[in-house]
Amino acid sequence: MVTAAEHPTRGAATDRAASGWLRRSGLRRRIAGLISLRWILLAVLLIGVLIYVPIVDNFRVSTTNRDIFTGEITNVGLANYERLLQDPVVWSALLNNTLYALLSIIFQVFGAFLLAAMIEGLKSKRARNFWRAMYFIPSAISTTVTGLLFYFIYQPDVGLLDAGLRAIGLGDWARPWLALEETAIFGIIAMSQWQGFGYSTLLFSIAIQKIPRELYDAAIMDGAGPIRRLWSITFPMSREMTGLMVIVTITGAFQVFNEIMVMTAGGPNNSSQVLGTWLYQQAFIQNEFGYGAAIAAVIFVVTMLTGAAQVWYTAKRRVKL
Amino acid sequence: MTVGTGNPPSESALFWTAISKSFVYSLLVCLGVIVLYPLLWMAASGFKTNTQIFNAPFAIPLSWSLENYIGAWNEGVRSFLVSSLIVTATSAFCTVMISAWTAYGLTRTRMPCKPLITGFILGGLMLSPTVALIPLVRMMQSVGLYNTHWALILLYTAFRIPFTTFLIRAYMLELPSDLDEAARMDGATEGQIFWHIMLPLCRPIIVSSVILHILFAWNEYLFAMIFTNAQEVQTLPVGLTSLMAKHGTDYAQVFAAMTISALPIVLLFFAMQRYFVRGLTEGIGK
Repeated sequence: MVTAAEHPTRGAATDRAASGWLRRSGLRRRIAGLISLRWILLAVLLIGVLIYVPIVDNFRVSTTNRDIFTGEITNVGLANYERLLQDPVVWSALLNNTLYALLSIIFQVFGAFLLAAMIEGLKSKRARNFWRAMYFIPSAISTTVTGLLFYFIYQPDVGLLDAGLRAIGLGDWARPWLALEETAIFGIIAMSQWQGFGYSTLLFSIAIQKIPRELYDAAIMDGAGPIRRLWSITFPMSREMTGLMVIVTITGAFQVFNEIMVMTAGGPNNSSQVLGTWLYQQAFIQNEFGYGAAIAAVIFVVTMLTGAAQVWYTAKRRVKL
Repeated sequence: MTVGTGNPPSESALFWTAISKSFVYSLLVCLGVIVLYPLLWMAASGFKTNTQIFNAPFAIPLSWSLENYIGAWNEGVRSFLVSSLIVTATSAFCTVMISAWTAYGLTRTRMPCKPLITGFILGGLMLSPTVALIPLVRMMQSVGLYNTHWALILLYTAFRIPFTTFLIRAYMLELPSDLDEAARMDGATEGQIFWHIMLPLCRPIIVSSVILHILFAWNEYLFAMIFTNAQEVQTLPVGLTSLMAKHGTDYAQVFAAMTISALPIVLLFFAMQRYFVRGLTEGIGK
């Protein structure tokens, strides 16, 4: 119909009246289609102007430098990217992001999976709801609050951690956790696990609930113990959720910012910098917008890769189902 | 195959069941303590004096006076709370309304280039706010929105539309289209169908979307820190860090401020748990 409207000569062979009707209805449809664009106009406008345009613009900014004294902006080509490769903090930041991802996968994916399996194995429904809800509480609270809270907990003078260690006779282990280069990033990652494990446990619980009960009944009849059932039924049956959580966790680990900003701001001596905080430091403290934009480009590449992995993974799963 | 209740459990099997049960319960309780204790410590420290915080971190507060809480409230928390409320409520309303419109357009109308538009909107899900940060600052400064609530409202709305549209769209796709088809046959306009049929049908997912948006906007820190610097426009997460920078030695008051900031969202979670869970599962599972 649309073709007929677009090429009146082709429609000429058919009945003239029908062709006229077709043409008009094709046009009407087309107008109706254009009018229905009003439903998405605002969303497209907002997303376009505030997400896509700045992200494209970021690449332009990354090829410029601004003179700190004169404010003059010059085009420097790929110089900021060359600087990136030679910046040791960028590499240690990447390492910290990777460390974040790895430890989060261990605790918030596999640990949370085991915990969810234990919770879902409980007989009473009220107990299951109770534990799931309790573990979720930290995830509902702002990272600023939990970050500050753990900043205090790690303090050598008022902190719970060192006081607790001394109380149980491990006073030798007590130290200013966030003020030492070797421990700062681990202190932050530990806080992040504390805050996030309840969230992934909740998601795994839901995945486990969807596994058909008959599988377990059959396994019990065959004499499979709880460990065997966990390994042969629960784990393979929630593999999709596990895969998705691994991807989501990696994406999150490369965007981490808040807790580092609040707890150490990247210190001491840049030992706990991640890409996000180093970008902030360069662009907004040192006023090196061009260099900051180049760091942002690295984050862009990593998150695009994990994002593509996620799309690919969910698409593959949909085909299979 | 009538194995049925078969062989009765042996004594050693019972023993191992008891062992594993007590292991599971002690683990759950331990984790529960690890989760709750720091939070309770935070709330309790808000009632202490600074000397007590320093000398007896584990102790229960000597008195339950609200002095620190009132101090924190007057020291800026009230203003941060108002800003948080304004930004969260306005952006929640805008995000969910616009996303519902968009989801309706994407599922119920014959618009041209639908796959392309869907890809454009949902593609926003993959893009990290950090990457857009530097150009956004210049943009907001050049249009005069820097350091206003509007900057945050616009950004929260734009950055949450992809996810919220994704949630509502998935829900609308699963709704049978009989009802709106029938209304269309009866001559209802698209607007009427949206307001009187689709929106009421989508209420559960709308509630979930609102709650997830509140959770996001109430806790957001990156944009709030970069785009506001005056105390009058700062939201709670940023306000807390500036309070910490200004009154960093008055630990008790900072603890009180942290508790005030965390409490509303925890209460909301417990009140609306069902909707929280629905939103989270729809968000990741699809």
